[in-house]
Amino acid sequence: MSLTPTDIQRIAHLARLELQPDEQAQALAKINDFFAIVEQIRAVDTTGVEPLPHPVDALAGTDIALRLRPDVASEPNQREANQRSAPAVERGLFLVPKVIE
Amino acid sequence: MSQKELHQQGVAELAATLRSRAVSAVEVAQHFLQRAQADAHGAFLPGGLDPEVTLAQARAADARLAAGTGGCLEGVPLAHKDVFVTRDFATTAGSKMLQGYRSPFDATVVARLAEQGAVTLGKLNCDEFAMGSANENSAYGPVKNPWDAARIPGGSSGGSAAAVAAGLTPAATGTDTGGSIRQPAAFCGITGIKPTYGRASRYGMIAYASSLDQAGPMARSAADCATLLSVMCGPDLDRDSTSLDVPAEDFSRDLARPLATAGKDGGPLTIGVPTQWLEKEAGPAHGVSPTIYDTFWQAMDTLAGLGARFKPIGLPNADHAIPVYYIIAPAEASSNLSRFDGVKFGHRAAQHGDLLDLYKKTRAEGFGDEVKRRIMIGTYVLSHGYYDAYYLQAQKIRRLIANDFQSAFAQCDVIAGPVAPTVAWKLGEKADDPVANYLADIFTLPASLAGLPGMSLPCGFSADARPLPVGLQLIGNYLDEARLLNVAHQFQQHTDFHRRTPTGDLT
Repeated sequence: MSLTPTDIQRIAHLARLELQPDEQAQALAKINDFFAIVEQIRAVDTTGVEPLPHPVDALAGTDIALRLRPDVASEPNQREANQRSAPAVERGLFLVPKVIE
Repeated sequence: MSQKELHQQGVAELAATLRSRAVSAVEVAQHFLQRAQADAHGAFLPGGLDPEVTLAQARAADARLAAGTGGCLEGVPLAHKDVFVTRDFATTAGSKMLQGYRSPFDATVVARLAEQGAVTLGKLNCDEFAMGSANENSAYGPVKNPWDAARIPGGSSGGSAAAVAAGLTPAATGTDTGGSIRQPAAFCGITGIKPTYGRASRYGMIAYASSLDQAGPMARSAADCATLLSVMCGPDLDRDSTSLDVPAEDFSRDLARPLATAGKDGGPLTIGVPTQWLEKEAGPAHGVSPTIYDTFWQAMDTLAGLGARFKPIGLPNADHAIPVYYIIAPAEASSNLSRFDGVKFGHRAAQHGDLLDLYKKTRAEGFGDEVKRRIMIGTYVLSHGYYDAYYLQAQKIRRLIANDFQSAFAQCDVIAGPVAPTVAWKLGEKADDPVANYLADIFTLPASLAGLPGMSLPCGFSADARPLPVGLQLIGNYLDEARLLNVAHQFQQHTDFHRRTPTGDLT
């Protein structure tokens, strides 16, 4: 399987990345190099195998498991500290280009 | 020489020197800052040092030492890989995206080390967002290997490994997603360990691949790694939902145990050797260089002499680790890195149109080529029509890899193998060939995918004019870090590879 220039444009759009034409060509070549080594996994028989999304899942059967914590706010309000590194802030709000005309 | 120089002392030795008050924490900090400022390997990031902050921490440590209230690392300088956020130093993750970024809080790992009195020297260079095996993907320039400045230090924790090897810090933090602690530790001749997934809190560790990322120490001996790992690990249940609810441990407890009684049953340690990686009779094969082959079997001879036994094992599905990892990690990265959008923190494109254009231009300017590639690969394998064939299939093989390890650990106590197929390669040699970099990760990826603890320790040198260090990888079962460190320490009690430095003096 090989990706096409159209695939690259579509992925770049989905990933919110602007690519110049030379970057698109380079990305296409290198990502296709990568998919050449990926093809081997399609031949592996995984019938009946449960996906392992998370390593803690491999500990199933022990008393270790993924947990949920109580749904309570545990962090104090730190709006000012958290917004200190924002590119554009006004009156405690993040500024972005106009979205609604 | 009766008195060792400060930078020749390990973590435990320095802590003892400081406790004896033979030298102050401020003097120690000044000594290391001077070395860090004079260093030409690029281990610390530009702007990664702030002597005023470091010296203020050192003065506070001196006050606690004087009052007798110091922690186990009181006054010991450490440096942090720049993916750990720090309140007092800028945090960039090696990316332009976060140039000048100041976190409002310290990562849990950083805070735990500080609670025990560690003094922060500064922030260390790394591959951008920890994506790389050579430290050539940093937006702030490559790091050079202290053993041969024409070579890479490994990655992604390349700055951490180079700084420890060059004696700029007695130890450093690193992170390991697919080998990023073990491989640079091997290439720079130091010791590093990645614990079981979930042992160390990921709170404040800038996420690359959340189901793989783990923090760990990098130092000059297994004993020092054990001390640091004991401080770094422990539950952080409110702040990291993947933090294991397993009590903190003293990982130094078994260091002195002889290998003749280090097995799970109290008998001799049984070391499993994956036959598809290394077979003594087959000679160097599977891309393993003769240097790696020779040093590995010499190390096995040493361990046999110490009472260990060997068992050939199979990890058949580990052969698929490269495609599996390079599907899962980019998939998770594409999601994690969506937070960098030019709105809440970090870089924002100066020229932009609407909101979509702001996102696209900001990310185009802020991310480097490798990060963009992995985001695109991840986006693709998660997209409609490809999810089952790639992402889900990779997760199923990940399960098979984890199962292989459990079958192996039914027959052995630890698994030994090479860290990488070769020694450190030349700067630029693979810089334009991402797949060549991926292929070199073959031996470290399987343990990462399974979430198992793994470590690297120096086990020999190449015959190059400038001898290059070779690492030995040890992989343990879940939560079995103490046994790994036991084996590594026993090896280091009978070898001096870990005490050699690039400048030729034994520490």
